[in-house]
Amino acid sequence: MNIHEYQGKALLKSNGVPVLEGVHCTSIEAALKAYDDLGSKVVAVKSQIHAGGRGKGTLYHPETRDHVMDGGVKIAFSREEVETYATNILGNLLVTIQTGDEGKIVNNLYIESGCDIAHEYYLALLVDREKKSVLIMASTEGGMDIEHVAEHTPEKIHKVSVDPNSGLLGYQKRDLGMALGLSGSALRSFGKCLSSMYSMFVNSDCAMVEINPLVRTADDEIVALDAKVSFDENAEFRHKNWDDLRDLSEEEDVEIRAKETGLSYVKLDGNIGCLVNGAGLAMATMDVIKLYGGEPANFLDVGGGANEEQVKTAFSIILEDPNVKGILVNIFGGIMRCDIIARGVIAATEALSLEVPLVVRLAGTNVDEGKAILAASDLNIHPADDLAEGAQRIVALIGGVA
Amino acid sequence: MAVWIQEDAKVLVQGITGKQGMFHADKMVEYGTKIVGGCTPGKGGQTVDLQGNSFPVWNSMFEAIEESDADATVIYVPPPFAAEAIMEAADAFDSVKGEGVIVCITEGIPTLDMVKAVAFVDNRPGVRLIGPNCPGIITPGEQGGAKIGIMPGHIHAKGRIGIVSKSGTLTYEAVAQTMSINEGQSTCIGIGGDPVNGTGFIECLAAFEADPQTEAIVMIGEIGGNAEQEAAAWAAENVTKPIVGFVAGATAPPGKRMGHAGAIISGGKGTAEEKFAAFEAAGIACAKDPSELGAVLLESLKEAGLR
Repeated sequence: MNIHEYQGKALLKSNGVPVLEGVHCTSIEAALKAYDDLGSKVVAVKSQIHAGGRGKGTLYHPETRDHVMDGGVKIAFSREEVETYATNILGNLLVTIQTGDEGKIVNNLYIESGCDIAHEYYLALLVDREKKSVLIMASTEGGMDIEHVAEHTPEKIHKVSVDPNSGLLGYQKRDLGMALGLSGSALRSFGKCLSSMYSMFVNSDCAMVEINPLVRTADDEIVALDAKVSFDENAEFRHKNWDDLRDLSEEEDVEIRAKETGLSYVKLDGNIGCLVNGAGLAMATMDVIKLYGGEPANFLDVGGGANEEQVKTAFSIILEDPNVKGILVNIFGGIMRCDIIARGVIAATEALSLEVPLVVRLAGTNVDEGKAILAASDLNIHPADDLAEGAQRIVALIGGVA
Repeated sequence: MAVWIQEDAKVLVQGITGKQGMFHADKMVEYGTKIVGGCTPGKGGQTVDLQGNSFPVWNSMFEAIEESDADATVIYVPPPFAAEAIMEAADAFDSVKGEGVIVCITEGIPTLDMVKAVAFVDNRPGVRLIGPNCPGIITPGEQGGAKIGIMPGHIHAKGRIGIVSKSGTLTYEAVAQTMSINEGQSTCIGIGGDPVNGTGFIECLAAFEADPQTEAIVMIGEIGGNAEQEAAAWAAENVTKPIVGFVAGATAPPGKRMGHAGAIISGGKGTAEEKFAAFEAAGIACAKDPSELGAVLLESLKEAGLR
């Protein structure tokens, strides 16, 4: 789960990480008031969306798609500039390298006071899957695309792996700070900042905290100038406040509804809807559709113990996508019995008066009963014995290449 | 011989009095798994009825292992308590017997809980963790066998193919593919789809290589991380038995989590293309479609003179 920069900074601040004074606002008036209240001559006017590359992004009119302004993060030197930038940003579409062409509507702004920057660094905390621990990554190349740095100058990225039994140790903070060329009070400030960030990472169940840039000010203070924070959704049960931080407008409405019914759904661009049990098999089903010349419209995992109602919900979610021209159901019954799935499929096709072609592949527990139930119905359901046959049939039925 | 779990392994069930735990414990007994009882704190002294027989429930894993001499435990405990259940089992196996296998089925455990639990298990070298978020491990026998997890037992048969996979239903697909060419399985291991887990691909490959019953291996990966690439590189140096592979998620868009917590392509890394390439570079025969795994395996067995 991602949160906005302004929320991430509030979290950093409450954990003792230095950030600049800033105000979150959603209107031009509020932005101007924020400018007055901050009392800083120079402020940053920052678009708040859940995607990176905002500074180099482009703003467009949401309907006409007319170009409005280059850059989703602007430095304003006057009240007038704040007004101009806020007007150009709020309600418009921000397209960045990470949003894709569709972009994101900006509903939130962050007005932040300026500071005197001596150097920009990169800092990130994340879970290292290979070392099975929290990894801290830092680089002197702040403000840049870190993947670019990793590819071209990997020696400029320094890493520290934290043993969960001992936590972040003093020498690790010193080593990392010195690798960044810090000394004296800046090194001490960096160490304190790192300790705060590590405890925030652990206590808030973060999946990633990325600060790019982290800066050393002219007074040798270390300050987080940006904040990209995401949480591990599995830990939601122990963080009641996440509900308030969640920006539903940033998430696909249908993906939220799917999640509420215990389904895992991701919309894609193709025209063949898929309904599968198990995440791995669901991905494999999409892959095989593509292999035989079709394009999957979605990823959908109904889970290990789906009931008739969930199958019905799954169908209705798939059919909401106007691009869907056919559906492939692929179930390998383990705990889930094929006869139950067959009944669910029939109930759903009847209730939703399904018009697109439907191919059903059943295997595993009670497969013969399941197939018999489908065969006995007078609905237009095409059976398939294996995944390849299922994919080929649905591709042929929608008139694609087979 | 099979891998880690023998046909007659004695197995405990943590969370045996819960709905999931009881349902699957019953299925395991039905398959022939030697269930010796279970553990639910606060319900010690009670019994659970499975397939018409009565099984004891203990309050703690220490008690349970001391009294049952179990070889393995399977965890069906909800996510908030699952990491602690793993650590309790690890501590108890280590203290009482010096060894034991922990299979954690639970999906949705916080990643940082797993970071802690895996470090805890790693400090006890005789203890092995499989999972979490996995279907479990099964060693089919002549009659029954040891099914420790949620997989449908009846699709398996004893044989010489070792299977290791990150995914549940895709493992069943692989099992069905081996059966389609009249091959059974030595042991099938679901290592789980979480970013931080216990046993990994390399340990499974090493165990299959050392196991005399296993003569060929099927390895199923998915997008996210680089465990498949590392395993492939390791296999190229260390595995002499034929390996057949598949990777799920070639069509997955970057940055989106595909069901499994670990199945995400981040920063352009962890793609299926990358993993298939690593497999091929290591001489692993790849199926581009899981329905072809059987045919590709048959070909590999023939090449190795095993058919």
